[in-house]
Amino acid sequence: MPDGALQPGSADPVLDVRGLKTVFKVRGGEVHAVNNVSFDLRAGELLGVVGESGSGKSVTMMSLLGLLPSPPADVRGGSVRFEGQDLLHITPEQLRAVRGGRIGFVFQDPMTSLNPVFTVGYQIMEPLRAHMGLNKNAARARAQELLELVGIPGAAQRLDDYPHQFSGGMRQRVMIAIALACDPKVLIADEPTTALDVTIQAQIIELMKELRDKLGMAVIWITHDLGVIAGIADRVLVMYGGQVVEHAPVQELFRNPQHPYTRALLTTIPKISGERARRLTVIQGQPPILGDAPTACPFRDRCDVAIARCATENPPRYDLGGGHDAACFVAKGAVDA
Amino acid sequence: MLTYTFRRLLISIPTLLFIAFVIFMLLELAPGDPMANMPLTIPPEVKEKMRLALGLGEPWWIRFPLWLKQFFIVEPQYWFDSAFGTNFADGAQRIISFQSRSPVFDTIAQRMPQTLWVVGMSYVVGVLIALPIGIISAYRQYSVFDQVGTFVSMIGFSVPPFFSGVLLIVIFSVTLGWLPSIYDTTHVVNDWASFKVQLMQMVMPVMVLALQTTAQVSRYMRASMLDNLGQDYVRTARAKGMKESVVVMRHVLRNSMIPVITVIALGIPAIFGGAIITEQIFKVNGLGQLLIIALQGNDIPMVMTLTFLFAILIVMFNLIADVLYGVFDPRIRYD
Repeated sequence: MPDGALQPGSADPVLDVRGLKTVFKVRGGEVHAVNNVSFDLRAGELLGVVGESGSGKSVTMMSLLGLLPSPPADVRGGSVRFEGQDLLHITPEQLRAVRGGRIGFVFQDPMTSLNPVFTVGYQIMEPLRAHMGLNKNAARARAQELLELVGIPGAAQRLDDYPHQFSGGMRQRVMIAIALACDPKVLIADEPTTALDVTIQAQIIELMKELRDKLGMAVIWITHDLGVIAGIADRVLVMYGGQVVEHAPVQELFRNPQHPYTRALLTTIPKISGERARRLTVIQGQPPILGDAPTACPFRDRCDVAIARCATENPPRYDLGGGHDAACFVAKGAVDA
Repeated sequence: MLTYTFRRLLISIPTLLFIAFVIFMLLELAPGDPMANMPLTIPPEVKEKMRLALGLGEPWWIRFPLWLKQFFIVEPQYWFDSAFGTNFADGAQRIISFQSRSPVFDTIAQRMPQTLWVVGMSYVVGVLIALPIGIISAYRQYSVFDQVGTFVSMIGFSVPPFFSGVLLIVIFSVTLGWLPSIYDTTHVVNDWASFKVQLMQMVMPVMVLALQTTAQVSRYMRASMLDNLGQDYVRTARAKGMKESVVVMRHVLRNSMIPVITVIALGIPAIFGGAIITEQIFKVNGLGQLLIIALQGNDIPMVMTLTFLFAILIVMFNLIADVLYGVFDPRIRYD
């Protein structure tokens, strides 16, 4: 079984996802948005998840915590081990205790992710009171600490401000403060910097690195920006068509990409050095429509090294050694077990 | 906010004066003769004298300022005198109805309680039913509850009260004999038994009117909830581990109420206008009925005063709705 590649190293993983499968029921059929996704997350590490829009990155992470509206979403299989329980098979109450308490979530768009009619302080205090049972004064004191932690000046006064009185970057800091409120073991950041301009983006990334080191939590960072990943991640998952197509430590991935999709992604990064400006590189073709459970490689139509087998069989993730695996028949070192 | 409210109040003065002028001129230019209802046996020269006695001989530029003076100065003085036993009015001429020859405001004060009881109560009942229906319909969109709610709202919108009112009377008064078909205005509530009678006679008119309110408000509530349920902040609240009841009843509801409160506030002036048709059907002698009779009898002072009172209420509740908007939505500040 090539899935042997996915066994964690020495340390026990904090979060261990096996064979996750999420399907959206739509008019006249189903969309297989997440297909047999497996990965693990070790304590204190930063796992980058990359892929283009619609590759299933966000849906995977939301499936973990049951945050997808159901219907239409249906988390159909797999297991999510976290702190000795399977998040897919626990009661709603137990799941609520995990959400916001043990696993924090930061979303993409800080402009819409905060409730406009409640003060920022109230929104930070909510999980503190629900999960940690703090009274109003204690929660307020902790909320102020959190705002200071994420670098918001004048934290004590700003607790009583409403979200619209904050800039985008400041709102994302508030979102991070909410996610960190109850000292989570895992922080899932779903494209936290995509909606921000570049200087603010750099500040937020810097802040997250700093917080990770200070608080020692594990972070899953979803993005479509390989530049961001190169700067912060320890390991990287590359997703395409609802599947993990490649997984490697960050340096290995950039030095030795094995999946044709990863290689194509890397060529799309624009370079400012060089003799003269070149046209931006694009990956030809469209991402697949995931109407049926895949019986072939989802990338074959856009792949320049596809072989006959790619059309008849969905490649498993081949272990390439050194914690590197790729779901491709033509990857160097891919041997059927 | 206070400055804004004050400024709006100041602006509403010229608005209301203009409305008063328009109403006055419309009545002035409308055909009809207040003397037309007098018996034909009265000789024309006597009728002419009566007309002059009513002040109709004066041109409009004299009568309009006089009416303004009576409305804004004399009537408040009378009200103040009766409340505190003073004598500011000093026998000044009040606004007198052409038909009843009694002060217009006394008649309005007599009619107001019935209207407030029946129409006001139906509004309260309608809103209280509508809000939960709207919330549940949105939260369980396309469920059986939602489908039934949609169907009932459609009925509420499309079935006029002159049909639903008569239907109720046929069923509950004629066939079953449970409820009285006529609203007895002279009924006095002084113990439980009489309170029960009062309730019984209110049930049907209140339900007929509440059906309409419910239909409208529940649709607004549903639409507003649906707008908000899909918002990103709802996902954030769930990701924070909030209970579903907190997510819906605090996070979503608080946002959804903002437009609905405006709709509810703007509907309140209509209560005072009475429900002309429903009041007729159930023989409630409220303000709606008063206005209809006054119109039929060319009772210009009564029509003028009632219409202008409605205008004041509409202007005031527009202002209140705007202020409430600012109170409930922190993003809106008028300073």
